[in-house]
Amino acid sequence: MKHTNLTLWLAASLVYIFLYIPLVIVVVYSFNDSRLNAEWVGFTLDWYYKLFNNQEMLLAARNSLIIAVSASLLATILGTMAGLAIHRYRIKVLPFLAFAPIAMPEILLGVSLLLFFLQVLNLTLGLVSIIIAHTTFCVGFVAIIVRARLQGMDDSIFEAARDLGATPWQTFRLITLPLIMPAVIAGALMSFTLSIDDFVITFFTKGIGEPILPIQIYTMIKIAVTPEVNAISTLFMLLTLVLIIIANRLDSGILQGEKKS
Amino acid sequence: MNKFRLTRWLISLPPTLFLLIFFAVPSLIMIVTSFRFPGEYGGLAPLTAPETTAAEGDSGLYGMTLEAYHFFFSDILYAEIFLKSFVVATTSTLICLIMAYPVAMLIAQSAKKYRNLMILLVVLPFASNFLIRIYAWMIILGPESAFSHFINSVLQAFGFEPVMMLFSPFAVLVGTVYVHLPFMILPLYTNLEKHDPVLLDAAQDLGANRWQRFWLVTWPQSLPGVFSGSALVFIPVLGMFAIPDILGGTGDILIGNLIKDQFLGTRDWPFGSTLSIMLMLAVLCVTGLFTLLARPRVPR
Repeated sequence: MKHTNLTLWLAASLVYIFLYIPLVIVVVYSFNDSRLNAEWVGFTLDWYYKLFNNQEMLLAARNSLIIAVSASLLATILGTMAGLAIHRYRIKVLPFLAFAPIAMPEILLGVSLLLFFLQVLNLTLGLVSIIIAHTTFCVGFVAIIVRARLQGMDDSIFEAARDLGATPWQTFRLITLPLIMPAVIAGALMSFTLSIDDFVITFFTKGIGEPILPIQIYTMIKIAVTPEVNAISTLFMLLTLVLIIIANRLDSGILQGEKKS
Repeated sequence: MNKFRLTRWLISLPPTLFLLIFFAVPSLIMIVTSFRFPGEYGGLAPLTAPETTAAEGDSGLYGMTLEAYHFFFSDILYAEIFLKSFVVATTSTLICLIMAYPVAMLIAQSAKKYRNLMILLVVLPFASNFLIRIYAWMIILGPESAFSHFINSVLQAFGFEPVMMLFSPFAVLVGTVYVHLPFMILPLYTNLEKHDPVLLDAAQDLGANRWQRFWLVTWPQSLPGVFSGSALVFIPVLGMFAIPDILGGTGDILIGNLIKDQFLGTRDWPFGSTLSIMLMLAVLCVTGLFTLLARPRVPR
C-alpha cells in the first residue's frame, strides 16, 4: 500500500512540475539582462521600463480593458437573465443557444461572427465587434454559474414572497438578486478573465488599427521574441492571479453560505 | 397573473434575442456562405449575377453552388489534413489521460482539507494567458535553451544528429498537452472522488493485487470521467490553430490553420465556410460518441 502511494506521489509531482516550470521560466527571464531567453546574465527591470514606454502596448492594454469591462457587464446582465430563464421558465431553446458557443471549437464562433459582421451588418471591425463576440461566449458561462446557484436554493422562498403580495420586481430586487449575488459576481469576474485572455475569437473579429493585448502578444511572439514579452506575460499573470483569488474567495463564500442554510 | 407572464418575457427575451442574432444567425450564414461562389477579389460573389463570376462555367442555381464541397472532396490533401488533426487530437488526449490520472487519483485520495488547494494548483497555470503558456514552450524548446543543449548533447553522445525541437510536430504535441491538461484532470477527479473505497478493500480481501484492483475496480468505474475529460480535450484540439501556428513548422498544418488561411489569407470565404462545416460535423460526431460512452454504467 505504501509503495503505491509513493509511485502515485512521484508521478503526480512530476505533472505538477510540468505545469509550473514553463511559467517560472517566463517570469525569471523577464528580469534577465539579456536579449536572448538563454542564459542568466544579471538582474534588470529594463524590460518593464521598455514595456511602459511602449505606446502601442499601453493602448492595447487600454483597449483590452475597455473590451473586457463592457463584455463582462453585458454578459453578466444577459447571462443572469438566461440563468433565471433556464431555471425558472424552462425556455427550451435557451440552454442550446447559451451553451453551444462554449462547447464548440472557438474558431467556429470566430469565423461565423466574422462573416456575419462583414456580410450582414456591414460593420467595420473594431472594438464593438470584439465586445459583441466576447459577450456571445461569456453569456453561457454566467448562465451556468447563476443556474447552479438557483438549483441549490429552495424555490418556495419565491413563492412565499409572491403569496405575501410582492410584485415580480420586488421579489427580484429583494429576494432573488441578493441570494444569487455571489454567483453574479463570480460570473462577472469569470467573463472578465475570459474576455481579456481570449485570443482566437478576438483574432477573427478584430479590425485593423486598434491594438488589442493578446493580438499584440501574438505578433511579438511571431515576429521578434524579446524578454519584453516575458515582462508583459508576468504582469498579465499577476492580474489573472489576483482575479482568480478573488473569485475563489467568493466561491468558497457561496459554499459556506450553503452549509449554513 | 398577466404581470408574471410579462416578467417571464422580460427576463427570457433579451438573452434569447441576443444569442439568436449573434450566435444562431451567424451559424446559418456560415452554412449559406459555404454554398456560394467566391468573389474575384476575395469575399463573396454577388448573389444576383453568378454567371459573370463563376470561373468554371457552372453558373449554379440562384448563385448557389456545391463547388466548395466538390473542391473539398476532389483533393486528397484536405482529407489528409483532417486525418492528421484527428491523429493529433487522439494522441494528445491519450497523453493527457496518462498524465492526468495519477494527479486526479492523488487528489481524490488526499485528506479533504488539502483537496481544494491541490485543485487550485492545477487550475492556476491554466488561468494565465493561453499565448503566454505557449510562449513558455518556445523558450524551453528553442535551440538556445538549456533543455535543447542537454538533449542534443545526450543525442550526440550516442552518435545521433542534434535535433531542432521547436517548430516540429513534437513541439505542437507538448504545447497541446500542456494547454489542455486541466480539462482532463478536473472531470477525472470529480469522478474518482465519488468512488467508494469499500470496493477496493473488498477486492483486496478477495485476493486482488494492486494492478488487479486498479484495472478491475477503479478503472471501469472511472470510465465516465475518462470520456468526459477526453471530450473536453479532443474537441478544442480538433479545431485549434494557434498552437501549430506558433510551435509547429510549415508542415504542421491542421484543420484550424486551413480555416484561418481561408478567411485571413486567401479570403476564399465559401471554401473556409465549407471547412468550418466539416469541422462542425466532425465535432458533432465526436460529441455524440463521447456522450454515449460517458453514460454511467454502474447502476446506482
